[in-house]
Amino acid sequence: MDVTGITPLLALLAPLLGAAGVVALRHRTPARELSAVVAGTVQLGLVATLVPAVRDGGTVSFTLSTFLPEASIALRADALGVVLGGTAAVLWVLTAVYAMGYLGTAPGPELTRFHACFCLTMAATIGVAFSANLITLYLFYEALTVITYPLVTHTGTPEAIRGGRRYLAYQLGCGIAFLLPAIVVTYIQAGTLDFAPGGIFGTGAGDGLLVALYVLYLLGIAKAALMPVHSWLPAAMVAPVPVSALLHAVAVVNVGVFCVLRVVLDVFGTDLFGELGLRALTLVVASITILVASAYALRLDNLKGILAYSTIGQLSYMILGVALLSPGGRTGAILHLVGHSFAKITLFFAVGSVYIASRRTLASELRGIGRQLPLTMGAFAIGALSIVGLPPTVGFLAKYFLFLGAVEAGQWAALVVLSISTVLSAGYYLRILRSALFDAPVAVPAGGSDDSDGLQRSGTVLEPGGLVVGPLLVTAAVTVLLGVAPGLLLGLIRGVGG
Amino acid sequence: MSEIAAAEQIGFPILSTLVFVPVVTIIALGFVRSERALRRVALIGALVVLGLSLLLVAGFRRGVSDFQFAEQVPWVEAIGVSYHLAVDGVSVLFVPLTALLAVVVMLSSWSSVRYQPKAHLMAVLAFETAAIGVFTAVDLILFFVFWELMLIPTYVLIKVWGDGPQRGRAAQRYVLSMLSGSAGLLVGFILLGVSHRSAPGSGGALSFDLLVLMDSAVPAGTQTAVFFLLAFAFALKAPMFPFHSWMPVTLLEGPIGMAVFLAGLKMGVFGFLRFVLPLAPDAFSAWSWLIGVLGVVAVLYGALIALVQINLRRLLAFASISHVGLAMLGLSSLNAPGLQGALFLILNLGLVSTGMLLVAGFIHQRVGSTDLPALGGMAQRTPALAVFALVACLGAVGLPGTSGFPGEFLILLGAFRAYGWLASIAVTTVILAAAYVLVFFERSFHGRIRGTVVDAATDLRPREAITAGVLGFSIVAIGFFPAAVLDFSSASVDDLVGRLDPASTIAADD
Repeated sequence: MDVTGITPLLALLAPLLGAAGVVALRHRTPARELSAVVAGTVQLGLVATLVPAVRDGGTVSFTLSTFLPEASIALRADALGVVLGGTAAVLWVLTAVYAMGYLGTAPGPELTRFHACFCLTMAATIGVAFSANLITLYLFYEALTVITYPLVTHTGTPEAIRGGRRYLAYQLGCGIAFLLPAIVVTYIQAGTLDFAPGGIFGTGAGDGLLVALYVLYLLGIAKAALMPVHSWLPAAMVAPVPVSALLHAVAVVNVGVFCVLRVVLDVFGTDLFGELGLRALTLVVASITILVASAYALRLDNLKGILAYSTIGQLSYMILGVALLSPGGRTGAILHLVGHSFAKITLFFAVGSVYIASRRTLASELRGIGRQLPLTMGAFAIGALSIVGLPPTVGFLAKYFLFLGAVEAGQWAALVVLSISTVLSAGYYLRILRSALFDAPVAVPAGGSDDSDGLQRSGTVLEPGGLVVGPLLVTAAVTVLLGVAPGLLLGLIRGVGG
Repeated sequence: MSEIAAAEQIGFPILSTLVFVPVVTIIALGFVRSERALRRVALIGALVVLGLSLLLVAGFRRGVSDFQFAEQVPWVEAIGVSYHLAVDGVSVLFVPLTALLAVVVMLSSWSSVRYQPKAHLMAVLAFETAAIGVFTAVDLILFFVFWELMLIPTYVLIKVWGDGPQRGRAAQRYVLSMLSGSAGLLVGFILLGVSHRSAPGSGGALSFDLLVLMDSAVPAGTQTAVFFLLAFAFALKAPMFPFHSWMPVTLLEGPIGMAVFLAGLKMGVFGFLRFVLPLAPDAFSAWSWLIGVLGVVAVLYGALIALVQINLRRLLAFASISHVGLAMLGLSSLNAPGLQGALFLILNLGLVSTGMLLVAGFIHQRVGSTDLPALGGMAQRTPALAVFALVACLGAVGLPGTSGFPGEFLILLGAFRAYGWLASIAVTTVILAAAYVLVFFERSFHGRIRGTVVDAATDLRPREAITAGVLGFSIVAIGFFPAAVLDFSSASVDDLVGRLDPASTIAADD
């Protein structure tokens, strides 16, 4: 049932108020940090109240203002939006807690800016999730770019500034050069920008034009990190771990994939998408991205670099899944959007935990660290198993649906790609796990590869405090929980029309 | 073209009041001695104008293309000239914009202009009178009088209170440039008046009334002559490439206050919308390709030159040239989104250019320079200024959520409709704008603090913060609620499009 309601707007306002709270309480830690946690919890509660309304394909809409005829700034929560918004909200709360442990709660403008931008990032993410049309989507999409820039450059080192500049150039450049014209042409061709299950183009638009338009969308949505517009993601790795977790698991990349899903399902529609032959095009691009990224990750030693390239590959799983145009493929894509978020954030949290405990950042330095950091590396193992796609994790379930979708669609080549990629990702994750969990510990000279902070190293490596370990245990638990009890989530995904 | 009288709408001649309140304030200033009282009296005058202009906006009837709040008094009946003021959807929002900018200029000069404050305030008020006259006059000769009157306060403001050593030359150059255009403007107006006399139904009488002339068919040859005469004058004022060379000089040498008026009030583009399109529609349609080509060249030229500037004021001058190019491209597309977009863009520039110039002024006051190498790391010392600068920068880039976006989007929409994929050239402006604006922001506000002056800089003072807050709020609010602006102009713009090509109104409605 389609109803009008204010809840989507409230879910957008909660993080805005959180940001205001962070600034207002800037001299009072940890009240400053708690403001973000409270806002996240409120947002999560608001998104949760939307579940009953959307799980059977209903929507909750709220129009903010009219922009053009047939193009307002409007919010509309549907099942797909609630999946993205809910995932983001859960992980935001956990990341906010983790950030308190990782970055500390020292007073000062840097952390105030960090937490305020963090809140605004969530506002933009919810905005994208609940966009009713392309104009609103573009608004929050670009807002997300601008507001995450200070987070990427948080440390202020020349390296961070360089990485941030590349991040901004890719995101803004692609957004303006490709996404904006794509939206303009869509408006001219379709006469509307409002998302509609089944697509918005009537008859009469030329096939060649629509194919070109779709390519513009793929290039414009750089946040989905499809090759060749992926290289901002490794560059953004200069950020602190909570930011990487937020960018690579929660906000930015999920928004990218979400936008592609919206374009495929609610702008083109699966029927037109199939008629235009866009399935083959998308499958080829996604397959190349999957294989190249996975192969590249094999050669890396830097942990964050491995996770970045792993992310690039996994995002294309989702795009591949939806492009299969079969029910299983779509379910797998959306399930993977959620499952990958929990698994990947677990991995990032664990890498950050290792860094706090030992200042190590390279895969080759992790030999035997599992004995010293059993909780951290246990969680890491669960995250890695989920990405590889082994039971009982949610990653297995997602991969099962993707395989099913490929069979349903008769896309045997996609099956081969998925299989090869599974082997490749098993290669780079199991290598780390084997050495961390089963090899005897070795003394890493001077305590690690990164001694730029001049901290005193001690020989003993201990688990960091509960603020760091707690969130990563929760995300690891959810990764398993969604694998064994996926009922609620699958019910929600069934509400995604198209 | 029909009109609604002021007496009917509000009961008093509000437009004349708006034009003459600054004059009354100037006279009042003559009797005031203390510097403090001077500034207060002038500010009260400007605030009264602002309040009245908001009353005007509140009473404006939306959804009709009629001219409103009209008042007409015969002036030189022998040649058909009358004192005739009225506003329609194209012009009405420029009145509060002018009033707002006057207040901003006064506040920003509060502590920075120490030399001859009385004369300075009088000049600002005189400019305000002339500018409101320009936006509200619907008699061509009356318009011309206000148009020329603007030159005097402009010259004085640049010459006496300019920041640069070459300000005298800059002032002279500005006035000579404008005069070379306005001679043609007058000839063009007279041609229109004479052409009306020989048109059927005029009874052989001269008329310079815009509303009368809009209903009178002008022969093709006359239209072409009128088009080029008027277009030259307005292109100079806009400034439109290749008639832009006064702009960088004036912005660099002149005072920030004057720069706010010159860069914020795009009277040249307004002139095209007000006179060229409705009075020479066929000629404008015929030559729109030229306007479009010059617009695109200006867009690229201005943006590329802006990209390599190390001085913020020169950067803003070339950015302004680039933006005007985009507006001209919107006009040249001859459809409703293009025209709406151009109008929206120049209204937005009133806020965004002013914001950027204020940032330049604030920086100049604190650091003594607006050269990028002298800046860097400002955000650490002046966080509030940095936030305001960021909002203005995003508006200048035209990111969604700011007042820069709707105009830009509509222009792209109009251009794609008129020119197809060729219009993607226009998209490059937006990318280049993002590049030069954000590079400026990053280099001046981010990174390490390089200068001791920057290190000692203080953040926005309360008066500055209020000015910045009002502008920043407007930029964001209009970005989220663009209909608040579009509702005013849409009926008048549709009427204009109908005049350009009766067939295109149908096409634009799909």
